[in-house]
Amino acid sequence: MKGDAVGTTERRTPKLTRRELLKAGALGTVGLAASGTAFALQSPAPGASHASTRDTTGHGSHDDMTTVGELERGLFDPTNFLTRFDTGRVSRLPSGQTLREYELDAAEIEVEVAPGVFFPAWAYNGQVPGPTLRCIEGDRVRVYFKNSASHPHTIHFHGVHASNMDGAFEVVAPGGRYTYEFDAEPFGLQLYHCHTVPFKRHIHKGLYGVFIIDPREGRPLAMELVMVMNGFDTNFDGENEVYAVNTVAFHYQKHPIVIRQGELVRVYLVNVTEFDLVNSFHLHGNFYKLYRTGTSLAHYEWTDNVMLCQGERAVLEFTYKHPGPFMFHAHQSEFAELGWIGLFLVEESLRV
Amino acid sequence: MPTWLKATAPLFLLAVLVFAFLRVGPLGVFRAAFPPVEELTVERITLPRPAEMRVHVINGGPEPVTIAQVLVDDAVWGHVVDGGKTLERLASRVISIPYPWVQGEPHVVKLISSTGLTFEGTVAIATQTPSPDARYVITFALLGLYAGVIPVFLGLLWFPFLRTVRREWLDFFLCLTIGLLLFLGAEALAEAFETAARVPRAFQGLGVILLGALATFLALGAFGRQRARAGGGHQALYVATLIALGIGLHNLGEGLAIGTSYATGEIALGTFLVVGFLLHNTTEGLGILAPLAKERPTLGQLAWLGTLAGVPTIVGAWIGGFTSSAVWTTLFLAVGAGAIAQVVVELWRLFAKRAEAGGLTSPRNVAGLLTGLVIMYATGLLVPA
Repeated sequence: MKGDAVGTTERRTPKLTRRELLKAGALGTVGLAASGTAFALQSPAPGASHASTRDTTGHGSHDDMTTVGELERGLFDPTNFLTRFDTGRVSRLPSGQTLREYELDAAEIEVEVAPGVFFPAWAYNGQVPGPTLRCIEGDRVRVYFKNSASHPHTIHFHGVHASNMDGAFEVVAPGGRYTYEFDAEPFGLQLYHCHTVPFKRHIHKGLYGVFIIDPREGRPLAMELVMVMNGFDTNFDGENEVYAVNTVAFHYQKHPIVIRQGELVRVYLVNVTEFDLVNSFHLHGNFYKLYRTGTSLAHYEWTDNVMLCQGERAVLEFTYKHPGPFMFHAHQSEFAELGWIGLFLVEESLRV
Repeated sequence: MPTWLKATAPLFLLAVLVFAFLRVGPLGVFRAAFPPVEELTVERITLPRPAEMRVHVINGGPEPVTIAQVLVDDAVWGHVVDGGKTLERLASRVISIPYPWVQGEPHVVKLISSTGLTFEGTVAIATQTPSPDARYVITFALLGLYAGVIPVFLGLLWFPFLRTVRREWLDFFLCLTIGLLLFLGAEALAEAFETAARVPRAFQGLGVILLGALATFLALGAFGRQRARAGGGHQALYVATLIALGIGLHNLGEGLAIGTSYATGEIALGTFLVVGFLLHNTTEGLGILAPLAKERPTLGQLAWLGTLAGVPTIVGAWIGGFTSSAVWTTLFLAVGAGAIAQVVVELWRLFAKRAEAGGLTSPRNVAGLLTGLVIMYATGLLVPA
């Protein structure tokens, strides 16, 4: 915060920050008290009066472009999902290799993809996306899969493994079980999903999740966030009605992700959107280091927009220079307007 | 067993059964796991002011429907529903959406129900919806005046000419009138079927058409028979009145359609359209006159006939412009078709009474009827709506 900006924004604040304050209002108790002043006082660009145009033409406000209401059943919290990693039950094999055991159970559930809109999903462990599995390069991974659903399912892990561990041919019948076992390689941002036909339906109904294999030497300490770009064809016409990161449309617009100024943020970005060829991630007011598939520790590009095909992944690393609310969204405007849009709320850090 | 019991026993048992079903709930085979069949119909979308849309919806399906979210042009948009978000069967709501619609461009509104089903409504060409103020009352009155009243009265000006026509050529004009009416009746029926497709399923568009058309046809027929028995006066004037009424009801439906199209921006009241309606509907006046050619109607009677046939267009334009409902439009069109069918029957009767007229074996009569159809077809080419 610049001291000289305080005096001038006294006058501009009501007009300029109305939009921001409305959004912040949706924060509820999350960090508003702490961060409210930080961005209400930031100095605006000269001549910026976005909100004022709305009074005459109705254009220009983001407040209207969103869902109405809050989730009716709080079964899945996308904010919680961001930082929730399942590192498995850890033990040591006689060879000295680390063994990580996970359990995944496929079942039929209802997912609330926007307030009041319920989607008949197929899910691993009762959530879409499934739990984020995490291990270290070279670990022995063992996944106990149980199919509690009424259709046959599998788990297909992206990675290097034996043919019968690929989840492509050994279809698990309803009520059946299968154990997948392999060494975690290569390090990077992988994913897992059902590989039963018809593929489109099995994947788009929700059978997917993130699988992170950390490099042995690790990555720099950061605020780590998992973002799965997904969509839901709620009326089954072959087109998505709702888009999101982590299932709930507009969730991070209504509940911004609070990060700190100067803090390293790492996003594990996975695209599992069905029906549309590509999805993308655009960050406002910043650029990020892009690590394609996360398989190299040297970054591939410094950009603010990346396009990912279906099943493609990328690790993004960035640090915010300025405090305040910043958008992130698909740069396909259609996807953004149908729910794939969110906010980072960068809290001012005294250390900067 | 008394008669009243015999008459009501099945109804009584039916009531018991219905009550039991409603109390106990569905049984066996009816208790299925499939999701409820939802059906929402967007009846009308109005644009009362910049950056506001109003979507009028009705639940015409068998199950309650909950409106969960609203999309405009594939963007999720904020909205306010004037009442609960769950619509019981046949309940209706108005959804206000603060969407910055664009003048002259189309828009699509999509409602997402709680089960994820979507229901669409479209704005063909966005333009601010007329509100019932003086300016638009006059606009719609003019619309009706051009499309209905002026043409009919112009047609009535053929009266002096018709009086000079010889008897056998008068049959030609009567047949021409029958041709015109057949065309109008078929047109009204076709339009009724068209709008019936937009009627919420619960209101059964086909039922509305059957009831409206048949009830009008039969009621007018019965009324004519009563009147003839009572020895009620002037047969030719009666038939002329009936023609005027039939045409008037047809024009009411036409006015409704024009008013709705104009209000929703589907048509512009251009010169071409006005000229088209003038030519198309002028022959309606001629039709009213045909049975009166050998009579001596007063000017007042002629004016009354013209009013009866023409003015409903204005009334229709008002109703269609300011409210519009597929159910009512369908009903009016069906009533018009039924009335016209009865008029054709009456005309035919008037005609067939005279053996020398030769019926439809006379080349002249056939030519007259076909001319009527051809005139309507040819002038119809000028009406794009």
